[in-house]
Amino acid sequence: MSGEQFLQYIFAGITVGSIYAFVAIGYNIIYNTTGIINFAQGEFVMLGGMIAYTFSGFMPLLPAIVSAVLITALVGGIIENVFIRRMRKTSVMGMIVITIGISILLREAALYIWDEQIRALSFFTGSEVSSVNIFGARISPQVLWVLGVTVVIVSGLFFFLKYTLTGQAMRACSENPRAAKLCGIRTDKMVNLSFMLSAGIGALGGCVVSPLTQTHYAMGSDLAIKGFTVAILGGLGNPIAAVAAGLLLGLIEAFSISILPMAFKDVIAIVILLVILVAKPSGLFGSSQASSLKDY
Amino acid sequence: MKKIGTVLLIIGLFASSVFAAGQNDEGTIKVGAILAVTGGASFLGAPEAKTIEMVVEDINAAGGVNGKMIELIIKDSAANPEKAISFAKQLIEEDNVIAIVGPSTSGETMQIKDLCQSYKVPLVSCAAAEAIVDPVASYVFKTPQKDNYVAEWIYTTMNSMGIKKIGVIAANTGFGNAGKGQLEKYAPDFGIEIVIAETYDKASTDLTALLTKVKAQNVEAVVNWSIVPAQSIVPKNMKQLGMEVPLFQSHGFGNIKYVEAAGEAAEGIIFPAGRLLIAEKLADNDPQKKNLVAYKSAYETKYNEAVSTFGGHAYDAIMLVIEAAGNAKTLDRAGIRDALEAISGFPGTGGIFNFTPSDHNGLGMDSLEMLIVKNGQFDRLK
Amino acid sequence: MKRYTSVLILCIFIILVQVFTQVLGQAFLLTQMTMSAYYVLVAIGLCMVMGYAGQISLGQAGFFAIGGYTTASLSTIDFTPFGGTLFYKILDSLGLLISMETLYGETVLYLSPWISLAAAILISALAAYILGVPVLHLKGHYRAMATMGFGIIVYRIVLGSKVFGEADGITNVPGFPLAPGIQVSGDFTSRISNYYVAWILVVLAMLLLINLINSRVGRALRSLHGSEEAADAMGVDTSRYKVIVFVIGAVLAGVAGFFMTHYNGGIGPSEASVTKSVRYVAIVAVGGMANLWGALIMGFLLNFLSLRGVFGHLDDAVFGVTLVLIMMFMPEGFIRMSLLSDIKSFFLRISAREKSKTGGADES
Repeated sequence: MSGEQFLQYIFAGITVGSIYAFVAIGYNIIYNTTGIINFAQGEFVMLGGMIAYTFSGFMPLLPAIVSAVLITALVGGIIENVFIRRMRKTSVMGMIVITIGISILLREAALYIWDEQIRALSFFTGSEVSSVNIFGARISPQVLWVLGVTVVIVSGLFFFLKYTLTGQAMRACSENPRAAKLCGIRTDKMVNLSFMLSAGIGALGGCVVSPLTQTHYAMGSDLAIKGFTVAILGGLGNPIAAVAAGLLLGLIEAFSISILPMAFKDVIAIVILLVILVAKPSGLFGSSQASSLKDY
Repeated sequence: MKKIGTVLLIIGLFASSVFAAGQNDEGTIKVGAILAVTGGASFLGAPEAKTIEMVVEDINAAGGVNGKMIELIIKDSAANPEKAISFAKQLIEEDNVIAIVGPSTSGETMQIKDLCQSYKVPLVSCAAAEAIVDPVASYVFKTPQKDNYVAEWIYTTMNSMGIKKIGVIAANTGFGNAGKGQLEKYAPDFGIEIVIAETYDKASTDLTALLTKVKAQNVEAVVNWSIVPAQSIVPKNMKQLGMEVPLFQSHGFGNIKYVEAAGEAAEGIIFPAGRLLIAEKLADNDPQKKNLVAYKSAYETKYNEAVSTFGGHAYDAIMLVIEAAGNAKTLDRAGIRDALEAISGFPGTGGIFNFTPSDHNGLGMDSLEMLIVKNGQFDRLK
Repeated sequence: MKRYTSVLILCIFIILVQVFTQVLGQAFLLTQMTMSAYYVLVAIGLCMVMGYAGQISLGQAGFFAIGGYTTASLSTIDFTPFGGTLFYKILDSLGLLISMETLYGETVLYLSPWISLAAAILISALAAYILGVPVLHLKGHYRAMATMGFGIIVYRIVLGSKVFGEADGITNVPGFPLAPGIQVSGDFTSRISNYYVAWILVVLAMLLLINLINSRVGRALRSLHGSEEAADAMGVDTSRYKVIVFVIGAVLAGVAGFFMTHYNGGIGPSEASVTKSVRYVAIVAVGGMANLWGALIMGFLLNFLSLRGVFGHLDDAVFGVTLVLIMMFMPEGFIRMSLLSDIKSFFLRISAREKSKTGGADES
């Protein structure tokens, strides 16, 4: 393998990996405040892309994306308010079942609002045919957008959780919801906020990747599975590690393609997931001691 | 309260489904259709269902077939073979249809091929696989062009362009697998070497890694064989990787949506297809032109979306059944079958159909033409 | 004996349905009832796993596919070209080769499906055991994901391998001669016998599961519901019982896949998809998690209506809506033992309201 090719595989891996990371970040935010894995997370990505595409028909790209993110965040908030809130006392199994149900509903709704056709937002800079040459390997400028937005989101999230009062309150909810409540934090509000936040981030991801991957009503479930794999790989509850894990899985997949037939690509990801689950459930970057205290 | 309501609702649903079955209307021609309107193959089934509904409406509005109205029963299989089987049995036994149109995918068609044959119900499939009509089952027909014609057209064009070393990629659908097989089978005959052949997942959203692998083999052209949206991802990714070699696609590319989704990257894509996509550009004395333009304008006005070759396959299927019903000596299943097999010189969207007892596809090599994407539109390759 | 009364009612119901459809000239309904019966087998097995052992499995379609694909791939091998080899002679002398004429006039020799039935049971049990032992130690979300991962692997393998027909699946699977005169196949003429075969399987499975619930295993599992730690401390080998139930659920799914494949004459990769697994979970949830009868009734109703195409384009949407509504408004499921008392209280409430109305009239 030449150096140029090696680099090309790395770029391919990073592209796919950052898409996975977007979904995984959303999982983690909700998981942190509620202990719920939201199986509908992939649908937020789809909604973002679809809404932005519709809006871009009659407004410039930037406001279209902003409105898509806001609307999807609102959808996330409504879902929490209508479905999740009254389910707080249900078992983990019940929670899994209801979020799966919600994901089916969102997907079917998208099929009837739009249709089965594929859609793609226009490229933010350049076009379908433009590519940037980096040390002989070439990537679409859109990949740089994806990476840029990922970096902004991760650092923004880091700052938000660490230094703002709301962020600290959210973290408190995840550490110990009861204690947080006693300290006067309105946990309900925090949970609602976390759904809005993760829906919004998912939607933003859906917009940024849409020119590359296209948007289709049924794209959510595949993304959800990959996103969850990544969330576990990084250690559930750690959004920053999710990004690293996403890039790692993307790279593994890209390089596995170079030696194996692509038909079994997904099997590799799943085998990795199973191995991690059984061998190190705290994830690659998580502390097993801390995780043993948590209730998954 | 709520619980009782739901119980009653379900019981009601159940009862209505039981008693709605088996009603028989005399004096109409009952045609069944099994199509993947939703689910993974909705790219095929949705335009097919729209087309069939439109055609039957128009025929009935114009007085039906020999004064008899057509009664259409469309079942949405969502590309599940077990549902296709269940629906085929319903259509055969309960609805007493005279013929079945569809299914959309090869897998489903193969699952019900023997069923239709043993109960002697004419089946006109909209799916591509060779195995549907080989071995020939006397009651089973299909409308899409044979895969080997497509492969031969691609290779003939490559020969004239001086291309010898190619890479083949295909989606993991029945259509993709069959096409890949045909390409591999005919390559030696045309002196073409396939240096790499790969399958990708039909739901793939980024193929740069796969194309990097193809690029490393220094191929002179790439053939992509699929029916899924990945058809517009392949050209984009190739351009992003700086691959300047020509891209050939299968006849599955016959939907302008895919060109739009690929944008500038679609320029120069070469693929064989029926003449539906270039209907307006045909010479006025072309035997297909009248039907093609009529179907295209009717569909595009009614549904406000561009026609695709998939809808065209369904158009051919229902029109062939209607033609057969008009000619049939006896208006029953056997009569329709005999009339279908006797059809010759019928101008459809896929080509001129000439059925014989040994050929239940009825299309020749000339049913296809090589097209190229130029300025965001389909055009003849010169 | 009380526990068998409901099974007896089920048997009577099965016979009544058959007689009624015959009398009403609607015998064709048995086709979809037979298919639903096989899905019911999967559902009650999963109900045991989810409701009684408290383990979610999002990979149940994988076991169904293992059963179906095992027999589909084994019984579509034509042994005619192997005539004369030692292997052929052994099989032939054991009477394990069956000759059949195809629709196109060729004669094929295929392996007796009894062998593939044994293989289907063995492979699904083994797969469940190998998967179950490590996975059942995981907690909620992780276990859900691991079982889903198993399902995806099965799906990918059948979709990617030539032996399993890739995306087209396997067709032309011959019938299964279960007993003299009884053939498991989709032939319209053997519809009634197939209906009974399918539902007898369901009855047998119900008897097995009901006995299991009331056995030592069942008691141990019930203790889990209270507290896993406490049960462990009491010396109940919780993980062993969980594995047993998981394997039983998998074998039921595998057997269902085996029979369904012979009944349909083929199988496709959609039977192994995650969507299918999710549907089974939905059925169990709607039926009330720890309620075998709920899973049986909902499994039958939803599948029957879906296979008859009643939901049309809304098939998935109906499953989604039902799931969400049930989980929100009646998390113990739709069909409950207390349903009768609900109905009673409903009428009581009505009469109470009537009373209060008349009471109100008096006041004015």
